[in-house]
Amino acid sequence: MPLDVKPDLKREFDVVGTRPLRPDGIDKVTGRARFGADATAPGMLVGRILRSPHAHARIRGIDTSKAEQLAGVKAIITRDDLPDHSNGDRATYDILYNCMAREKALYEGHAVAAVAAVSAAVARQALKLIEVDYEVLPHVTDVDAAMKPDAPVIHDDIFTEGVEPKPDKPSNVARRSEFGHGDVEAGFREADVVISRSYKTEATHQGYIEPHACLASVSPDGSGELWVCTQGHFMIRNVSSQVLGMEISRLRVTASEIGGGFGGKTHVWMEPIALALSRKANRPVKVVMSRDEVFKATGPTSSTSIDVKIGAKKDGTIVAAEAILRYQGGAFIGSWADLGAMTAFACYDLRNVRTVGYDVIVNRPKTAAYRAPSAPMAAFAVESTVDELAHKLGLEPIDFRIRNAAREGTRSSYGPTYGPIGIGATLSAAKNHPHMSAPLGNNQGRGMACGFWFNFGGQTCTSLNINLDGTIALSVGTPDIGGSRASMCLMAAEELGIPYEKVRCVVADTSSLGYNDVTDGSRVTFSSGMATILAARDAIKKLCGRAAQMWGISEEAVIWEKGYAKPAGPNAGEFPPLSLKEIAAAAATTGGPIAGHHEFNADGAGVSFATHIVDVEVDRETGATRILRYTVLQDAGKAVHPAYVEGQFQGGAAQGIGWALNEEYVYGEDGRLQNAGFLDYRIPVCSDLPMIDTVILEIPNPKHPYGVRGVGETSIVPPLAAIANAVSNAVGVRMTHIPMSPPRILKALEGRS
Amino acid sequence: MPAVHVTTTVNGDRLDYVCESDETLLDCLRDRLGLTGAKEGCGTGDCGACSIILDGRLVCSCLVLGVEAENREIETVEGLAEGDNLHPLQRKFLEHAALQCGICTPGILMAAKALLDRNPSPTEEEIRFGLAGNLCRCTGYDKIVRAVQDAAKELQGA
Amino acid sequence: MIGTKPQGERVRVTLWGSLRSAAEGRDTVEVEAATIRELFSRLGKSYPGLKPFIDRGIAVSINGQIFRDSWSQSIPKGAEVYLLPRIAGG
Repeated sequence: MPLDVKPDLKREFDVVGTRPLRPDGIDKVTGRARFGADATAPGMLVGRILRSPHAHARIRGIDTSKAEQLAGVKAIITRDDLPDHSNGDRATYDILYNCMAREKALYEGHAVAAVAAVSAAVARQALKLIEVDYEVLPHVTDVDAAMKPDAPVIHDDIFTEGVEPKPDKPSNVARRSEFGHGDVEAGFREADVVISRSYKTEATHQGYIEPHACLASVSPDGSGELWVCTQGHFMIRNVSSQVLGMEISRLRVTASEIGGGFGGKTHVWMEPIALALSRKANRPVKVVMSRDEVFKATGPTSSTSIDVKIGAKKDGTIVAAEAILRYQGGAFIGSWADLGAMTAFACYDLRNVRTVGYDVIVNRPKTAAYRAPSAPMAAFAVESTVDELAHKLGLEPIDFRIRNAAREGTRSSYGPTYGPIGIGATLSAAKNHPHMSAPLGNNQGRGMACGFWFNFGGQTCTSLNINLDGTIALSVGTPDIGGSRASMCLMAAEELGIPYEKVRCVVADTSSLGYNDVTDGSRVTFSSGMATILAARDAIKKLCGRAAQMWGISEEAVIWEKGYAKPAGPNAGEFPPLSLKEIAAAAATTGGPIAGHHEFNADGAGVSFATHIVDVEVDRETGATRILRYTVLQDAGKAVHPAYVEGQFQGGAAQGIGWALNEEYVYGEDGRLQNAGFLDYRIPVCSDLPMIDTVILEIPNPKHPYGVRGVGETSIVPPLAAIANAVSNAVGVRMTHIPMSPPRILKALEGRS
Repeated sequence: MPAVHVTTTVNGDRLDYVCESDETLLDCLRDRLGLTGAKEGCGTGDCGACSIILDGRLVCSCLVLGVEAENREIETVEGLAEGDNLHPLQRKFLEHAALQCGICTPGILMAAKALLDRNPSPTEEEIRFGLAGNLCRCTGYDKIVRAVQDAAKELQGA
Repeated sequence: MIGTKPQGERVRVTLWGSLRSAAEGRDTVEVEAATIRELFSRLGKSYPGLKPFIDRGIAVSINGQIFRDSWSQSIPKGAEVYLLPRIAGG
């Protein structure tokens, strides 16, 4: 049934677009809000996990007998306690294997066994008593090294997909993908200037300040409850049940407040282990990861190696563009290179384009999404090359981009034709922004870059219940990672025509609402928002029906206007308007409780573009780069709560700045992570950054009732290249290795002199 | 090793707990006293999520032992408000949308309070360095700095 | 006729590069389909090499709009249809 979601573009909003206080705010500033590690249960045990110290090793045997005898140990889990329920589904099997090693430990930090004990001290002691017989194997952690013919092959049952003829030898290259159209060879022959460059980016982590934590409680009858910080409690329920062979309906998952996710909490990590421990011990078990474990055993990004070649004519038209992208997905099959290959040239209108992606396996933790996954690396490579090409042609980088930018009707580099898109608007807004004329001094430079990301819809379900006093209880199923509850309340209040304060929004548990896909893909304000609007419209129909009853007229004769039911016209009768509060108070006599709900698979989320401008100053003595000025220009469609849209722009930019300048996973020759803590994995602190300016453009999305577009992810895509371009303009070196940490910049400066 | 009985003052209340000698003050606050406002983000004093004020000094409670709290005065986020009157810092954080996920907020509020206690009219740079020990991954710090500037103004009676 | 579904139009589907070898090297294929469900069903029958991809999960772009699970989504006549990897965000 087609939904009536076309936005009325001339609509004047009453509350949408304002900046009220968020409903969960008070608890967060008083310490009352409960996050993953803040729950307790009577008889609770502490769960701890034993992890492989080796990057690659066969596990010949595990002896837990001594640990079992330690007083206070109530349960021990190894691979023998986790039978394979995957039914041949590789993705599920890989999740099981990642939760706990089976034949081999595939990365340093891979879980090997787990213990539940009466205290942390006893649990720690028990882990020390577990004896694991490892046969250490050769390892490989670098994406290019893993592709070499002499690299140790990590899985002997993976044969490269997407190549002809089909290989007969196993490989670390899991798959090859290709996108594009036209004839790039012909295009390059036509070009007046061609730039060819290779780039490398190191792995990063989402860096959420809250480590993974959960409290699991499983009864002898197989039913269980789980309290967990996650971006998707329905996903946790489904996946944990599958992995453990439990019935989905027997597991009730409640999402705690979440202390950051950014994609890293869209998967299961140790939750099935916590449930398995609880099942075995018949007591609640709390498992909280240490920061060390978060870095070593959750889901960092790929590290990449990318070749880009772009050719243009003297007049500035790009005639051919090609990229070969090699992404490692950790020790399991991923499709990260796919995403890089699809997004690399998405900002441009190209006649001839080709991207080839290789997804590679290495002895590192299983890669997870990080805010526009795979796009920042590809954008770094492409936008750096674009800048270099612009300079060679003697054109302003921004004008070169404006000339070649994608527009409505452009055939995208990943295939489909674009509808109305915002990149042109962000570019012209950038060109006219005062930032572009701010003065620059010695060793200071300005850079810009564009970024693209998809937005998603997904399965979504909301329920809106009207209380006796006319206030609204709104239940959504998408965990709130950025302030979305405020936006949901705004949209419900807008539709119903009541004050924002009368709506309260909760994130319901898995037993209280139908399935909701994870909070990811910048989808919540779009999908849960649309579901909220439609649930409110559903409720309004019912409210009108009740008013009709109270007046003794037909339902069709009642309309809803700004919080009141009114007769549709003079023929309907002379009745003073009935407020929502009055109708709610009479609900018992007109048919019972009044509610609206909506469940669907949201679609039509569209795509998102941004342009960033950054000014930097490079210290030639230390190689340190300081951010002087930063501006984010991005299309939000309609900013429901502008402060939280700004927050997404600023947060993504800050993460991109850290990624560009400092953050990287450093591996030793032994395949072990050298910097598994916040001291040496250096994320931006308050003194590293200036104020971050934001420009919210509003080009409505025709597929959402208010025109909303997703905003959460795109702002992490441009910073790497924008900063590389700024550094190049500041001190004349082209950085091709991310992060552009001080040692790398010094080396580049020395190389130049 | 026998457990130790500690008597201490938290947010003006005289409280007791029993702990092991190697337990951190953070663990004692959270697990022994049920004050879960302070958070463990790293356990090594690098993130500031566990920040509290100990005898007037900002510290990472994960770097203090529970037994060290004997006869000392501790301030945590739970004591910032007076009854139902939020501290200006708390109010300004809400008004300026200076939090997204909120996990760093208790620690940053204590760090901001410690800063304003010793420097009531900080410059933007002083605020940024004063908060440099508290990691925030969500906000990019922009709105946090504005909230602290605004709270400082209000506390100065502007 | 009452009770029968409308006859599907012939739909031209462009495959992303990696699928081409599974479809006998072709980058566009044609099947009769009125909905995404029918598209997948017919593609799987005509090109058995595509079936594992379909089972694993494929996104469909119809006139630039990407659908991931909405199999009852209808395909308008003359629509531009692309098969894409089933992507997710963060």
